[in-house]
Amino acid sequence: MIANKISNNINLKSEALDAVVIRFVGDSGDGMQLTGTQFSDTSAMFGNDVSTFPNYPSEIRAPQGSLYGVSGFQVHIGSVEISTPGDDVDLLVAMNPAGLKTNLYSVKPGHTIIIDSDSFTKKNLEKAQYETNPLRDGSLGNYRVIEVSMSSLTKEALKDIENLDNKTIIRSKNMFALGIVYWMYDRSPEHTIDFFNKKFASKPHLIESNTRVLNAGYYYAETLELIPNAYTISPAKMESGTYRIIGGNTATAWGFLAAAEKSGLELFLGSYPITPATDILHELVKHKHFGVKAFQAEDEIAGVTSAIGASFAGDLAITTTSGPGLALKGEALGLAMMVELPLVVVNVQRGGPSTGLPTKTEQSDLMQAMYGRNGESPVIVLAASTPSNCFNYAYQAAKLALEHMTPVILLTDGYIANGSEPWKIKRVAEMPEIKNNKVTKVTGNWHPYDRDEDTLARNWAVPGTFGLEHRIGGLEKDSVTGDVSHVPENHEFMTKIRAEKIKRVQNYIPDLTTEFAEEGDLLVVGWGGTYGSLHSAVKQLNNEGYNKIGYAHFNYINPLPKNTESVLSKFKKIVVCELNNGQFVNILKMNFNICGLLQYNKIQGLPFGNSELITEFKKIVD
Amino acid sequence: METTAVKKYTFKDFASNQEVRWCPGCDDYVILRAMQKALPEMGVKKEDVVFISGIGCSSRFPYYMDTYGMHSIHGRAPAIASGVKLANPDLSVWVITGDGDSMAIGGNHFIHVLRRNINLNIVLFNNEIYGLTKGQFSPTSLVGQKTKSSPYGNTQQPFQPGELAIGAQARFFARIGGNTPKEMTQMFIDAEKFNGTSLIEVLQNCVIFNDGCYTQFTDKNIREDKQLFVEDGKPMVFGKNRDKGLVLNGLKLEVVTIGENGVEQEDILVHNAKEQDPTMHQMLVRLKYPLVTGIIRRFDDITLEEREDALTKQVKSNSKFTQTDDLFFSGEIYQVN
Repeated sequence: MIANKISNNINLKSEALDAVVIRFVGDSGDGMQLTGTQFSDTSAMFGNDVSTFPNYPSEIRAPQGSLYGVSGFQVHIGSVEISTPGDDVDLLVAMNPAGLKTNLYSVKPGHTIIIDSDSFTKKNLEKAQYETNPLRDGSLGNYRVIEVSMSSLTKEALKDIENLDNKTIIRSKNMFALGIVYWMYDRSPEHTIDFFNKKFASKPHLIESNTRVLNAGYYYAETLELIPNAYTISPAKMESGTYRIIGGNTATAWGFLAAAEKSGLELFLGSYPITPATDILHELVKHKHFGVKAFQAEDEIAGVTSAIGASFAGDLAITTTSGPGLALKGEALGLAMMVELPLVVVNVQRGGPSTGLPTKTEQSDLMQAMYGRNGESPVIVLAASTPSNCFNYAYQAAKLALEHMTPVILLTDGYIANGSEPWKIKRVAEMPEIKNNKVTKVTGNWHPYDRDEDTLARNWAVPGTFGLEHRIGGLEKDSVTGDVSHVPENHEFMTKIRAEKIKRVQNYIPDLTTEFAEEGDLLVVGWGGTYGSLHSAVKQLNNEGYNKIGYAHFNYINPLPKNTESVLSKFKKIVVCELNNGQFVNILKMNFNICGLLQYNKIQGLPFGNSELITEFKKIVD
Repeated sequence: METTAVKKYTFKDFASNQEVRWCPGCDDYVILRAMQKALPEMGVKKEDVVFISGIGCSSRFPYYMDTYGMHSIHGRAPAIASGVKLANPDLSVWVITGDGDSMAIGGNHFIHVLRRNINLNIVLFNNEIYGLTKGQFSPTSLVGQKTKSSPYGNTQQPFQPGELAIGAQARFFARIGGNTPKEMTQMFIDAEKFNGTSLIEVLQNCVIFNDGCYTQFTDKNIREDKQLFVEDGKPMVFGKNRDKGLVLNGLKLEVVTIGENGVEQEDILVHNAKEQDPTMHQMLVRLKYPLVTGIIRRFDDITLEEREDALTKQVKSNSKFTQTDDLFFSGEIYQVN
């Protein structure tokens, strides 16, 4: 007997919605990432704006049903502009008690929870540390709970298909859940069925089984009168163009592909796997057709040093890593800075210190990026702010590295690296030109450290070039000949010229701008991957009538935009918001004579939530 | 690869304008000169030659060569050189390293470059001591050796570089005394001609901190009796009178005298450097009497860059992507009007 029960203590009505936040949770292995991705892709193609965020445990397969083994995927879709995956959840789909327990806090009271009631067994309840069954003890009274025997219904739907083992049958129950959600939000399952046809082209029985379960969920929801009518979320007003859904790490990888093509150089990646940066390596190894040389090295140090070698030999060289990996790359990065070769280091930040929180996001590697090397060792530091603009900043990092002959550290973070959103596809022809400083001929009295007058970038003579044989290295060198020099005044001169070279990048980066207000009571300041959260909070406050709150977002950290001080000085109060204990605020304090910088910091491995920001900003201005 | 003829160079073409600053009497001078003499014989263009070094006395080497070069950071030269070679397989890439540099801090990169078989050459200056940091024991120092950091005698077991290298699947391993420039020069030429990672261990005397560490093998008066210089396809015979040789006794190598106890010339083992199975090469590397020098192992195998190149060609021929736009507009895209 299949039990269906909907608590009826809340009045049900159908409505048109601007936006909705849905979170799918279950055991790692339940296919929650796939379920969420299918829903968001389908919604994007329908025309919604979309933002997603996967949240999974650091264990590959934590014990089934355990609280720490819960894997989740959140998707925020809307007919309005969506800039975060959202914090409060409108619909929670929980495939087991552990998923319910760890995610219930996020569901807005009065909103909906869909549950696979078959999974609420005594054993699973114990694993989730429930003393009583929450479906029976009244503890979910504030929510609209839809219990569905998903496991049984899935088995029922597949009972006459041959060659299906029990494991495969049970694993497809996520598609039953997806079918229900498609119906609730008036989405056609067609896109997902197309997906099955492609993915399982050689396994027709899996096409059949998944399609059948998906449709079963869809029709089940339609037939069941107790579930309210489908919600409607109209297409969003977005700039016209061709779009695709892109994740931050993919966008980063593609930015480098574009930069390599535009600069006419071959792309070399030296990398070592580390969460959450590894997907950039996974993406780039696929693109041998573009001649990409993606080298999985024996360790982080070989990752960066092989890239330095490739850069010396004339490739566009990059290395990708996350916090602990950047720590290991520090010495080599100092070498790259000293020999003044172009190199891009991507650091997808995660919770630290040490191994910290590998799968959680944080912004705490900023000081490491700025100063994590011996000696006076300035490099360019950039930070991307959304999943899709990782593309732009990867491209820009490559451009600046090549044009200024310097290492560039590009900071992203787990939140934007794993998140995804619509990307209006850019053609390489639309991207800015990338020059490089290669020299191919002997001219006059040539020296390896001859510099461009404007940028101070040295010239780049690569091995194989006739007549320009030279030696570089980590030892200090004479400012004119490039030969090793321990002359005290020369070291001071070289230290200053290397610093000046980075400072002059200010002339080649955009000015800082503010959104919502150019002057006023409060300026909210953020950098990197917190853009979405901060932007939407300030936007909401402005919509509520707080029209003297502005927002300034930094993507260029070293050097800072030239006009930074004048922009900041136009506000009475400034609050610097970071997912760390206050690193960027100290960079501002070091550089500018601005009193009373306020801070709002969160160090939980989680992104900022909308309501916490709103509360905080109101407190400051009221 | 360009097909223009390679200029006729002399050793002077490869000497840079930098003053050489090693201690008087250091074997490094011998190695430097051997390299400068070998390069004109290799048939490579000067601008295609790259020397990459780490840190240590040996690692000053690139400054003294009028080629491309990088004096980099401690132990990482094999990884940097790998990047250079993968970026431009047409270059002749040389790693210059010491026992401190490659056996200790760079041990990881050392074994992996050999495993991958990238076509580059490594010259390992082994003097069984840290010279540049002034006299601490190294991973090749002997047990009991008294150094600045082991005043009561070294307690750490040494690496035998050849043993480590062959264990890491080195396809080319050679060993040479630091005072035999002619053989060394030829060895550099052979290493360059070998397609794959070649490793040459030079038994290099440190006159300041470990003087005479190899005298028992390399002293001119005794070296013929103490060293067996192997050549591929030739019997492993040594000694001033060429009457000593190696035979296999059970699972061990044994020194015999030709003409004694019924041993004849034909009984002596013939060196086979091309043997893929590393067992005999490992035995030769480990031998203390005689100390085996020469090209001990040299077997041809596909290189990493050849594998990469073949794979890239295959992927390219099967792909419909020729420019990044093709990728960006592939798969699930949609229009917003």
